[in-house]
Amino acid sequence: MQPIRRAGGALDFDLTEEQQLFADTSRRFLADECDLSTIRKLAETDAGFTADWWRRAAGLGWISLLVDEDAGGLGLGDEGILYLGLVAEEMGRMVSPGPLLPCSLVAATLSRSGSDEQRSEALPALVSGEATASWCFAEGGNSWSADSVAMQAERVPVGYRLHGDKWPVEAAAEARHLLVTARCDGQLTQFLVPADTAGVAIEPLEGLDLVRRFARVRFDGVEVDESTVVGAPGGAADDVERQLQIGLAVSCAESAGAVARVFEFTLEWAFERYSFGRPLASYQALKHRFADMKTYLEGCHATASAALHAIAASSADSACLARVAKAFIGDFAPEIVQECVQMHGGIGVTWDHDIHLYLRRVTTNRAILGAPREHRLAIADLLKL
Amino acid sequence: METLEDFRQRSRAWLAGNMRRLPPDAEPWNAMRVDEGDAERAKALQRKLFQAGFAGLCFPKEYGGRGLPRVYQKAFTEESRPYEMPLLFNTPTLTIIAPTILDMGTEAQKRRHLPAMIRGDELWVQFMSEPSGGSDLAGVITSARFDGDNYLLNGSKIWSSYAYFSDYAICLARTDWDAVKHQGLTMFIVKIHQPGVTVNRIRQSDGNVEFCQEFFDDVPLAPEDVIGKVNDGWTVGQRLLFHERSATGGSSPYASGTAGRRIETIDDLVNLARAAGRLDDPRIRELLAEVYVLQTVQGQATDRIVAGIAAEALPATSGAMLRLFTGLNGLRRSDIALEIASSDAVAWDAGESDGATGKSYIFRQAWCLGGGSTEMQRNIISERVLGMPREPAADRGMPFKDVRRNAPGKEA
Ligand SMILES: Cc1cc2nc3c(=O)[nH]c(=O)nc-3n(C[C@H](O)[C@H](O)[C@H](O)COP(=O)(O)OP(=O)(O)OC[C@H]3O[C@@H](n4cnc5c(N)ncnc54)[C@H](O)[C@@H]3O)c2cc1C
Repeated sequence: MQPIRRAGGALDFDLTEEQQLFADTSRRFLADECDLSTIRKLAETDAGFTADWWRRAAGLGWISLLVDEDAGGLGLGDEGILYLGLVAEEMGRMVSPGPLLPCSLVAATLSRSGSDEQRSEALPALVSGEATASWCFAEGGNSWSADSVAMQAERVPVGYRLHGDKWPVEAAAEARHLLVTARCDGQLTQFLVPADTAGVAIEPLEGLDLVRRFARVRFDGVEVDESTVVGAPGGAADDVERQLQIGLAVSCAESAGAVARVFEFTLEWAFERYSFGRPLASYQALKHRFADMKTYLEGCHATASAALHAIAASSADSACLARVAKAFIGDFAPEIVQECVQMHGGIGVTWDHDIHLYLRRVTTNRAILGAPREHRLAIADLLKL
Repeated sequence: METLEDFRQRSRAWLAGNMRRLPPDAEPWNAMRVDEGDAERAKALQRKLFQAGFAGLCFPKEYGGRGLPRVYQKAFTEESRPYEMPLLFNTPTLTIIAPTILDMGTEAQKRRHLPAMIRGDELWVQFMSEPSGGSDLAGVITSARFDGDNYLLNGSKIWSSYAYFSDYAICLARTDWDAVKHQGLTMFIVKIHQPGVTVNRIRQSDGNVEFCQEFFDDVPLAPEDVIGKVNDGWTVGQRLLFHERSATGGSSPYASGTAGRRIETIDDLVNLARAAGRLDDPRIRELLAEVYVLQTVQGQATDRIVAGIAAEALPATSGAMLRLFTGLNGLRRSDIALEIASSDAVAWDAGESDGATGKSYIFRQAWCLGGGSTEMQRNIISERVLGMPREPAADRGMPFKDVRRNAPGKEA
């Protein structure tokens, strides 16, 4: 008997024709240009991806999904996030490299709140893949909430002086621009800072994911002028919350894709691996664990999809649903993959087997943008308990 | 057809004018704590819904329903949340038994019973499990022997919820002992309160008295009361199990109203935390949010799987995943309630509490047993969703009378 085809399932069953086409193109691109052996080679490089490859990826429209038409984007409006979710899902299935999320978040906010100059200079280079950017938000530990932003932007005659450390910041070492979230007179303010500004020091961190790099970015009294402010000084709270929600939902889509893929090859393995003269798939003790995994995988798909759709519909509960998804997937994605490691036996804990690439990705996603506990506490606040 | 929005508005107005609004601190409805008073009340409320045209929304018009798509039922249920609803009619009467009769019953059975259920006259129960076993449903040994006019029912059923105050039962019995297991079964309609049927109530581990055991002594069943074909009761049973998985997994289109104000309600746990003075404790807040997350994802998974089955992107057996999810979430919820209540769950002031948290914990595994155990759902998911090999069955292909059964003394 054969396992049911694509038993891991997909985030959404009812894609429009355009979405289907878009997902297929992205999938083919990743399969052709970035299979898992390529990823193992990229693991040896500093950046974890090549600039040329990223330009071609961006050429598929990946960074234009959340960008208005008049700023060079596809003008999909809020629906754009559904497309971004499809790319992330495919990237999860292939544990792909590339700064999809940081570039998308910076592009989205520049499109929404950037000045004419930011929209006409920094943004087009991001959209075309010519340059990359990153978001400097967390300040170590579990500080992925607007309330935890402590970095000060002090008013000085030339504009502002930024002081403080941000980490972990994804793909910072290659970024041309950094979107920095800080506090000015107590209010959230965002700055688009060229990465080569005097006083900015980028210290690469070592990390779990083989191709996704993080850095600590130190701002040592960095002076920036008025033109670097994104939106109104002191008025960045909405943008920050939106960046968070999009980030959470897209990260969840990626993890769901990763778990779905792991589940598929683990199920296949269970049909093909024999012990005591019968396939692993015939042992009830293991069948029941596959049933649990499949059930929770459906939960992962359902909640990631619901978060993406809530954001696409600008629904009032998107803040809560994005955090529900992250809390759920943060708990279950690594757990399902660990369970799949167990189903593989010894081969599952070797470097040569691909499963650790996925475990590294979902474990990284669990922490980046906030661990489950942090989101549960945020949900309790949102529910006004 | 009336638009969904118009229907929603009309429902809202009617509910506000006619149904009792639940107080904010009302205990959420608990399917496992019901008595004959609740049955009378549910019948009256169901009748009221029927008279106003809000009962059986997804059942065909010719059998007393309204013939509406499921989104109308969903809208009505959403609107009905603040009100007292006849929830007792949902499971098993309207979500499990009525759809099984709709799928498999004769025209006369449908005309006689479906309108009676929908208008609140008949409450039904399931006579499936037996003292000899419930998971292996096709292994029932209650027998129905044809005497030339009628089938005579003998044996015993057990764990039947609500039987003592209900009207009819759907009952699986063995009509041919020489046939192999699945081919000697027949599904019957049984009037519960009649000579030859003894109904005993069973005390549960939490102290409540809700489910029953029945004994049958030559109870005559007319041939008109066979659902489906004689000796083809397993086909009917499989339909019934399908509807049961939809009902217990929360995806049945025939359920009207829902316990609590929102699917993801955690109001009862929040009240518990407040009463214990622990609502500001981050650990407790985190646990409350955990239940909220699990309940929300359960609702999202239900929407996804219902849509996936409808679009044929998922096999129809996928409902078993919802049943499993509900069961496991129920356990976690019960554990968290125990954690929040701490010592109040095990020792309480008689005047201030009824000890429900601790007692529910004692009965916790019922979440994973009633409506088909979680192990049986895992068998279904692995075998019929994922296509893994079936469990070997020692009784395959042999006449049922030769099949080995329980060791002596191992009957419930
Ligand atoms: C609250 C509640 C309400 C109920 N209401 C009704 C009702 O209205 N009508 C009705 O007919 N029944 C009802 N039941 C009965 C319920 O359906 C059965 O309890 C259930 O099907 C299990 O059957 P059993 O109790 O005979 O246990 P058994 O079948 O003896 O099973 C014992 C244990 O073994 C496991 N097991 C059995 N076979 C297998 C297998 N092949 N693979 C793996 N594990 C297995 C089971 O999961 C269980 O854990 C109710 C039960 C409860 C708790």
